[in-house]
Amino acid sequence: MGVRTAVPSPLRQSLILPVSTGVDSPGANVHRTTSRSVKLLSVALVAVLSLVAAGCGGDDDAATTTTKASGSSGSSDSGVTKAAWVYVGPTNDGGWTQAHDAGRKMVEEELGDKVETTFKESVPEGPEAKQVMEDLIKDGNQIIFATSFGYGDALAELAKKYPDVKFEHATGAASSENLATYYGASEDTIYLTGIAAGAAIADGGTVGFVAPFPIPEVIRHINAFELGVQSVNPTATTKVVWTNTWFDPEVERKAADSLIADGVDAIASGQDSPASGEAALAKDLPFVGYDSDQSENLADVWLTASLYDWGPYYKKQIEAVADGTWKTGDYYGGIEDGFVHLAPFGQLVSKDTQATIEKQQDAIADGSFEVFAGPIEDQDGEVKIAEGETATLPELLSMDWFVKGVEGNPAG
Amino acid sequence: MIAALTHLLAQVPDAPTTVLTSGRGINDNLFVIIAISAIFYGTPLLLAALGEMLTERSGILNLGVEGMMLMGAVAAAWTSIHASGPGWSVVLQALVASMVVGGLTALLHAVLVITFRVEQIVSGLAITILAGAAGLSSYLASTWELASGPVPHRLDLLDVGGLADTPVVGPLLFHQNVLTYFSWLLVGFLWWYLFRSRTGLHLRAVGESPATADAMGIHVNRYRYVHTVIGGTLAGLGGAFFPLAIIPLWSDGVTGGRGWIALALVIFGFWRPELILAGAYLFGAFSSLSLTLQARNVEVPTQLLDSLPYLMTIIVLVVVSTGWARRRVGAPAALGTAYEREAR
Repeated sequence: MGVRTAVPSPLRQSLILPVSTGVDSPGANVHRTTSRSVKLLSVALVAVLSLVAAGCGGDDDAATTTTKASGSSGSSDSGVTKAAWVYVGPTNDGGWTQAHDAGRKMVEEELGDKVETTFKESVPEGPEAKQVMEDLIKDGNQIIFATSFGYGDALAELAKKYPDVKFEHATGAASSENLATYYGASEDTIYLTGIAAGAAIADGGTVGFVAPFPIPEVIRHINAFELGVQSVNPTATTKVVWTNTWFDPEVERKAADSLIADGVDAIASGQDSPASGEAALAKDLPFVGYDSDQSENLADVWLTASLYDWGPYYKKQIEAVADGTWKTGDYYGGIEDGFVHLAPFGQLVSKDTQATIEKQQDAIADGSFEVFAGPIEDQDGEVKIAEGETATLPELLSMDWFVKGVEGNPAG
Repeated sequence: MIAALTHLLAQVPDAPTTVLTSGRGINDNLFVIIAISAIFYGTPLLLAALGEMLTERSGILNLGVEGMMLMGAVAAAWTSIHASGPGWSVVLQALVASMVVGGLTALLHAVLVITFRVEQIVSGLAITILAGAAGLSSYLASTWELASGPVPHRLDLLDVGGLADTPVVGPLLFHQNVLTYFSWLLVGFLWWYLFRSRTGLHLRAVGESPATADAMGIHVNRYRYVHTVIGGTLAGLGGAFFPLAIIPLWSDGVTGGRGWIALALVIFGFWRPELILAGAYLFGAFSSLSLTLQARNVEVPTQLLDSLPYLMTIIVLVVVSTGWARRRVGAPAALGTAYEREAR
């Protein structure tokens, strides 16, 4: 063993970054050079390996999954329509993408051999999206559904480049000859969930609303909710806390906890994850969800939720491609065509309330009732929609004020 | 921050007492509510940071905390869904699973940096990328379809001695879950271990000057292996807190970067368990402060409040890296360097 080397001064070394030890003897330097090159090699190896591994993970994530392997020909001559979906998240996100994928599965089930579906998940909203879609087109897909707003630029470009391919953009803002947009009026169903919440709490109580971003879409949803609450519980209020995220389960849960600590009587969510429902469950408060049916998971506190059903629209559009009748358009689905609908009621929703909700649902479906019908006042008591009038579509799409009875700041 | 808070409260036109108590009991007092979230959301940070402190005390820097937490979270979620037996035993199995998986992930780091002397920063980053939100943890979760339902067995809040409703101390001291109580015991134990036990003394020697420790007959690399792996088990346990207590549902990247905060907390807490506890709870408190104040109708610049803990971290990092502080705060001197006998 012999003599040990001298102890290096601890202070010579930096706090968290590695610093080479000792530089005194030339012999040690030679030794260190060899050991350093070994080290560099290992570093390079690990870096490469991890990149490969991460790349594999990425590939798996964004893997093309083709089902219904049929004849190789992708043209409609074979009687098989090839349709592809581009998702922004994983198909198991428990919300948005999962709902779209359920629509794809429904298409597969109902159209059977007549369709061949492909999807790519976790596709970033950037240059990759265009690449992914071009690959899908080269594989012979005749219609492409892109399910996030951020794919807009790629879609506009590709629609020009491939005039024979049909493009469909969920929540999109611009359509063209072969590019259609589609979305739905969830404010109508959210109004109905408000009725369930208003009936579940004491007169003059407060519902806490966990809200994502202060943008017109969300403000519209909150207003519709409070109007629903008021329709059965005139003095009840809705208190809003902004999370400034679509999907961050921990923040969503914290926001719900804050509202509960402040003494609200129920929780409603406009978020992509059902995490706020867990906070409600912990304190046994009624809960209104959004975008996913948690009636089994949160059975004890579940009221209902507003859901999207993308399947029928997908089926209709694919059939239109198959028989050559596909036309562009801006589809805004509603209760009447089943595009938006309510999740199953929980045990906290009484039979009477269910009947009230169903009556209103029918009235919205047949056009005899509109959620944003005057007189409607804002938080300061100023009349925003006069008696006898209803909000116009541009007004709905630019709504930046809260109705009376909402506590919170519509500017965030 | 106290000043900032007082300033915010002063803005409220009606009596600040409404904000403080929300017009109800003492346990709804704003400060009690903030303290409750400080402990609840601080617990996973505390566990992971204590683990990283042990690892760093042995001279090994493990930047893979986030990855190890996510692996622990996946293991806990899977076990809670698939294990059988009474609820408490399933939760126990889930906790053990998260520790085993976190420990194994740390073992990978240990083999790379201790035996093969790979650059520690590179290996740690590689582990976080490999296991992280876009890697192995989400791949496993999607293969096992963890996101399809809630995690059925969870860590419930205990009501110790029926004292949960005691004013102020009730919700804070007697109404926590098992893992929080465990973390408190752990802080005490680690303080004793580091500063009062012989093994702890050896550990500190290994982190300060491996060559001297070696000369004393301490197995440097054995110490480093053991404490790196234990650090990983604690990170895994911290990860398990997310699916078992905070949000009993799987979602990819569920730990949301808390592993990085845990890393910062180790420095923030000067590598001392009791200061790390304080730091973890400070982060826990601030992470929900802006939401709590919103719920009390206080107009707050939420972005500013949300960024305060990070601002504090930067200030502490700057202070800690001055020469004066370095001499005093006791960062392990050999941190981040591989030990090779006879090499200087």
